[in-house]
Amino acid sequence: MTEMLKQYFKMSNILVTVAILVLFVLVNVGIETGYIDDYYKLNLFLICINIILAVSLNIINGMTGQFSIGHAGFMAIGAYGSAIMTLKLGYPFAVGIIVGAVAAALCGILVGLPTLRLKGDYLAIATLGFGEIIRVVILNIDYVGGAAGLNGISQYTDWPWIFSLTVITVLVIKNFMTSTHGRACISIRENEIAAETMGIDITRYKVIAFTMGAFFAGVAGALHAHYFYTIQPTTFGFLKSFDILVYVVLGGLGSMTGSVIAATGLTILSAYLQDYAELRMVIYSLLLIVVMLVRPQGLLGTAELSFDGIRRFFARQTGKGRGAGNDSAVG
Amino acid sequence: MILLSVNHLSKTFGGLKAVSDVNMELKIGELVGLIGPNGAGKTTVFNLLTGVYTPTEGDIALRRETLVGLKPWQINQKGIARTFQNIRLFSNLTVMDNVKIAYHQHRSYGMLSAILRLPGFYRGEEEMVKKAEDLLEIFKLSHKKHELAKNLPYGEQRRLEIARALAAQPQLLLLDEPAAGMNPQETAELMEMIRWVRKHFNLTILLIEHDMSLVMGICERIYVLDYGQIIAQGTPDEIKSNPKVIEAYLGEDVSHAVS
Amino acid sequence: MDVFIQQLINGLSLGSIYALIALGYTMVYGIIRLINFAHGDVYMVGAYVGFWATTQGWGFLPALVLSMVVSAILGVVIERLAYRRLRNSPKIAVLITAIGVSFLLENGGVLALGAKIRTFPNVFPEVQYHFFNGAVVITNRQLVIMVVTTLLMLLLQYVVHKTKTGKAMRAVSHDTQAAMLMGINVDNTISATFAIGSALAAAAGVLVGIYYNAINPYMGIMPGLKAFVAAVVGGIGVIPGAFVGGISLGVIEALVSGYGQSLYRDAVAFALLIIILIVKPSGLFGSNVREKV
Repeated sequence: MTEMLKQYFKMSNILVTVAILVLFVLVNVGIETGYIDDYYKLNLFLICINIILAVSLNIINGMTGQFSIGHAGFMAIGAYGSAIMTLKLGYPFAVGIIVGAVAAALCGILVGLPTLRLKGDYLAIATLGFGEIIRVVILNIDYVGGAAGLNGISQYTDWPWIFSLTVITVLVIKNFMTSTHGRACISIRENEIAAETMGIDITRYKVIAFTMGAFFAGVAGALHAHYFYTIQPTTFGFLKSFDILVYVVLGGLGSMTGSVIAATGLTILSAYLQDYAELRMVIYSLLLIVVMLVRPQGLLGTAELSFDGIRRFFARQTGKGRGAGNDSAVG
Repeated sequence: MILLSVNHLSKTFGGLKAVSDVNMELKIGELVGLIGPNGAGKTTVFNLLTGVYTPTEGDIALRRETLVGLKPWQINQKGIARTFQNIRLFSNLTVMDNVKIAYHQHRSYGMLSAILRLPGFYRGEEEMVKKAEDLLEIFKLSHKKHELAKNLPYGEQRRLEIARALAAQPQLLLLDEPAAGMNPQETAELMEMIRWVRKHFNLTILLIEHDMSLVMGICERIYVLDYGQIIAQGTPDEIKSNPKVIEAYLGEDVSHAVS
Repeated sequence: MDVFIQQLINGLSLGSIYALIALGYTMVYGIIRLINFAHGDVYMVGAYVGFWATTQGWGFLPALVLSMVVSAILGVVIERLAYRRLRNSPKIAVLITAIGVSFLLENGGVLALGAKIRTFPNVFPEVQYHFFNGAVVITNRQLVIMVVTTLLMLLLQYVVHKTKTGKAMRAVSHDTQAAMLMGINVDNTISATFAIGSALAAAAGVLVGIYYNAINPYMGIMPGLKAFVAAVVGGIGVIPGAFVGGISLGVIEALVSGYGQSLYRDAVAFALLIIILIVKPSGLFGSNVREKV
């Protein structure tokens, strides 16, 4: 049993927990006292939403090696589902989030099942098609306001909600991915035929990946809807899907820390370039091309940034020891 | 006691009959070779046995239970594991992870345990690591368990593939050209290893091989495939002197000379 | 019935546009297995070049030719600078690059030309031909679209089947390695493919400018995606498939709008795509390729 306790109270676990709590309290105090003004708050919240979107797409595209470019569609389901619950039916925010996320997850299954037979480019286009269909269908439902969208959604999304959900999302996905179930997903990415002949039920794990990815995109959608008061179908078009894809690819397909870093960095970059909307998009696209030409595997490739990895890296730099095997800062 | 029986197995691709009317029987604990000239349909037989292809006709049964119509992963879980002619490792993963993935079907914890990190998760992972380490020890790969599979030399990749197949805990192991690309010394070591794992894991083994010294050296029985048909079967000595076999191999040589 | 015939005619002209764009997608995919997301934007650039030329007082044909030439060069430059280096990279990297190029063209267009809609000069004053007591109308612009598309298709068939470049293109798309060993200059062949595909898209851009009179830097996104759908429906990599797919998509869309469901028009293309992908992923005219084990 003490062995087990050691697992829970590892140095890195404690450090991460402390860091998360400190960050939470500092920002919370900052917002309460007005030290963090609305502009910073907006961007902070956007960072959190984009992190959730990026890591959730990373399950599908990075870990499982599928190729989905319709992620904004799931976000739309989460946003509309939750807004209907709170705005139209008067349920509390928590119910709204759950309903939105579950609805998105169901759509994930719906998309996952028929597209299982597709690979690569074909799958990409099919998911793009699904995303567009979701958007067009919402556009045609009068109950949710059609093209004008839903207005007057209460602003329930505050720092405790958004921060805790971001942390939970990252943690759940990380725990899933570093278990045998996550390895099953990764084996599909690495070699589908080998995975299948080694006893991995590839259909099941592809559907799980799509479902989990969609679920958390739904959470992000719910948070989005309840921060911006209003949602329109155009918000969740395929440009949004591409935004999310860019975070995942720039961060490195399969690297969660990469997704987090890229989502954060690019959200900040676009905040700085806000006043030059046209130039921003040009810079954004150039950045995308240059990164792909110079480093097609993205920032971190499939590796993860971790405390252990950093320690090994410095240990090697100072010549005191050698990290075992796969020795780099990204272990 | 019959482990695997193959009856009237055929596979056509378009108009091409890749495998036609193949009958085979493997007894428990046997070590059998499947040989034949290039393009004879040996790998197709493996693909049919493991469910990668579905047979056009005929039946495959493991312990009298038919495997036709099952998915590859179901067949693997029933007890058939294989290696590939063109190595198919999870090349960007570590040696350890390659083996652990094949243990997935014997996992002891569910998804919820994993996500909530319940004690069952840590116990299950520890158990998997232990079993994987035992296997890597046998295949002399322990010291490389944290290396990425793609960074291993060729011979070690072949060994890792066998280790991974064994992690699935099969009854029948299919080896597709395990000695391809190995030097004579490595081949000799491999033969020793195959004999040893058969005994140690109570395995039945069917192997495809071009290296005749290996096939004749360790196989108890041999099937010879030519143009998708079994043209001969018997002990290594019987096969060596079978005129049909000689003709098939000579025919190949002749056709090589022409092309 | 009148509505049906009218929408069929509208669909044929819309479908011709899709077909012209789809050809570029299908040819490029056939030769380097890349969904060239920037292709829709090449079509946009083609429309702008046509716009410039006609506002300078050029006639229709010179404007069309200029636009095709400029876009062909653009297509070749994009391939040289962005895609060539990634030929052996993971597919997703190339696809992302293509998306990047697409964004760059759109937003570069906005930056340089402004986001506002430009009105195309009236090159062909509209003439309407009435049938069935005026229930069915064909305009001269629709006729121009269909005639130009047909001529370009015939020209393309000639190039692909009768010229040396065309033979090289077919060889490379069949087996790049073998083509290289046979002494075909693969790089040049790929460039030629991009040039031809881009020129066809540019023609579509000019025709659309004349038909709808309005162009903007984002005009390439939707037609681009739909043309890709058309290419997949016809069987990607198959030239007649792109033509049939484009025409069918145009007709189906026109019929859906004609029968009062115009808001669902955009969804139709994608629904069609998904059905095709599930029922026959290789498309109407494609053949299945399976991975060798």
